[in-house]
Amino acid sequence: MNAHTARSRIMKRTSAIVAVAVIAALAATPGQTQELPVRNCTWCHGPSAQGSGAAPRIAGQREQYLVSQLHAFHDRSRDNPASKQYMWGATARLSPEMARDFALYFSSLPAEAAEDGDTGLAALGKVIYEQGVPDANVVSCIVCHGPRGEGFEAIPRLGGMSHGYLKSRLEQWGQGYHASARPMPLVARTLSADEIEALASYLSFLK
Amino acid sequence: MKVACLRLALLAAVLALASATAGRAQEQGGRQAFEAKVVYCKTCHGLSGEGYRGYYPMPRLAGQQPKYLENQLRAFIERRRVNPVMFNVAHVLTPATLAALTAHFHNLNPPPLGGAPRDNVGLGRTIYEQGLPEANIAACSACHGPEAKGHEEIPRLAGQLYPYTVKSLTYWGRERGQGGVRDDTSAIMVVTTHNLDAAQISALAAYLAFLK
Repeated sequence: MNAHTARSRIMKRTSAIVAVAVIAALAATPGQTQELPVRNCTWCHGPSAQGSGAAPRIAGQREQYLVSQLHAFHDRSRDNPASKQYMWGATARLSPEMARDFALYFSSLPAEAAEDGDTGLAALGKVIYEQGVPDANVVSCIVCHGPRGEGFEAIPRLGGMSHGYLKSRLEQWGQGYHASARPMPLVARTLSADEIEALASYLSFLK
Repeated sequence: MKVACLRLALLAAVLALASATAGRAQEQGGRQAFEAKVVYCKTCHGLSGEGYRGYYPMPRLAGQQPKYLENQLRAFIERRRVNPVMFNVAHVLTPATLAALTAHFHNLNPPPLGGAPRDNVGLGRTIYEQGLPEANIAACSACHGPEAKGHEEIPRLAGQLYPYTVKSLTYWGRERGQGGVRDDTSAIMVVTTHNLDAAQISALAAYLAFLK
């Protein structure tokens, strides 16, 4: 082999290595896989999916719950104003397989507590969360959502969710939105505005 | 003196009228209040009383023996059965409401929630119908009935939630029979639950979970 052939071989090998490295780097970009366009979600839900504005934290949410909500947006049974405005379009062409993949991905991300509630109301919120208000037929949340707001199977994790988001969900169930989400419409109808404030505040701190 | 008597008479008349009006309002309000209380129970125990799997399993109440329900609600109130959530729920109930609730749930008949592992249902049926003599375990059917419908203060088990039955049989003495009260009705299950091992409990609970 002469020097020219050796050099061109080395160059070919080097460019092959470089090409592989570039492709690998693209594939390994955090949060971006070839199949799963998570950037479509983090655009609104925040770069680490901790939530932003009206868009709730989806990082660390229960996988089964994420799947069920994506389906609820897709079939429009979840009809809250913000859902209609943003999520109906976002899920219009979502396949069940993609819903499952998104849920798997986001449920595995670490979650941070929003801690944006009223600290003065947190103690009252804790009492309502754990004991309900029997005289007013308000059930205790803990039996379904768990002592640390961790949720169970398709029942969502509430711990550390944003106060504003939780408040709007409870208010809107009380107003008749998302009626298929039994038993939450029943629960929300029993809650007073003050109780909603207290619960939402407490939960925003709950880790 | 006459004026004072007149005043008293007037006061008595006003009070009598007020209480009669309140009584009528209470009757109408009573029915509404009862319906609201039923919905409250069903929010956790299932909209047809079929039970619900939350972080904690909320047991099926549908078709349950009224005497058993009444005993459990009283046990919660008196803290012979220790459960902070149910104490809160139960201690605000009047005796009349309590009785009406037990009758209401007894009359419900939804299909079982199911959701139990199916592998050992056969073993569960064998234990339920014949017991395990060598392990000193009586046949459950002897008291709970061949179809697990219960009788008087003996509870119905048919269609009960798998995780609830497992929890109850595994941790029987932790929640029930508290407060140092002798002859608590839960005492009868202490020996049986003590003798059952985890695999047998799972099999029994699975068998019962699918029974209509």
